[in-house]
Amino acid sequence: MVSSNSYLVLSAAVFTIGAVGLMVRRNPLIMFMCVELMLNAVNLTFITFARGFDDISGQVAVLFVLVVAAAEVVVGLAIVVAIKRRWPLATADDLSELRG
Amino acid sequence: MEAAVFIVCAAIVLAGSLGVVLARNPVHAALSLVGTLFGMAVLFLNLEAHFLAAVQIIVYAGAIVVLFLFVIMLLGVDRLEDISVEPIFGQRVLAIFVGLVGFGLGATYIVVSVAEVQNTSAGVASAYLTRPLSNLHEIAEVLFFDYVYAFEATAVLLTISVVGAVVMTRRMARNQQPENQLTNQSSNTASED
Repeated sequence: MVSSNSYLVLSAAVFTIGAVGLMVRRNPLIMFMCVELMLNAVNLTFITFARGFDDISGQVAVLFVLVVAAAEVVVGLAIVVAIKRRWPLATADDLSELRG
Repeated sequence: MEAAVFIVCAAIVLAGSLGVVLARNPVHAALSLVGTLFGMAVLFLNLEAHFLAAVQIIVYAGAIVVLFLFVIMLLGVDRLEDISVEPIFGQRVLAIFVGLVGFGLGATYIVVSVAEVQNTSAGVASAYLTRPLSNLHEIAEVLFFDYVYAFEATAVLLTISVVGAVVMTRRMARNQQPENQLTNQSSNTASED
């Protein structure tokens, strides 16, 4: 049986890669993908602790994270589509102001 | 067996997540994301979360990544991005430094604190395997009794997000310029109105 340590360190590594990508990349779509990576790392942590503590509530929490991730992607991609329609060449750096 | 599966899947997950960050083409990044999610799903199976492994593949790989690819193709942004230019001086070095510091702190905390978890779970680790109910039944019991209000709230959340997506992406009937003028605009924010 692989120890919880290995899963948690893997999860921390994936979370770090996602966070660095979010800070470095400027394409909003790839930034969203990095957010998905971070959410997945957290899911792995939840499931690891669900096994470690023998408590199924961790898996239920993952279910809620999945729902929130789906809603976040829907709204985020809608924002990306609306922005790209107005400014086709925009990156995340060009949109630092909330002006109409 | 579990160790072998873990090693293979950890390699897939790490390679995929690096691919998401390093790929120049957004389509390649999305495909790397699929690889990462599949690896994660197998890890979930390893951790005996059978239902969530299925949901992970159906919802993430089946719906979310397809949505990403759909938007990439729809917007035509699948051109290569020049990532050799650093927009802000020192941004990458700082980001990697901050990431490594966070990883170091997190990993140290895990290694220090997880002994407690293993002590707590030493007696129950075998009971996990011999439950009378299946994984799906257990999740359903907790979800529909203990967390039923949160479950209803997610229904509201999904409805709100669908309405929000429709409102944001529809074309305004008024105060809207024709499409051919919009596509010619640069990314200059001052050019509107």
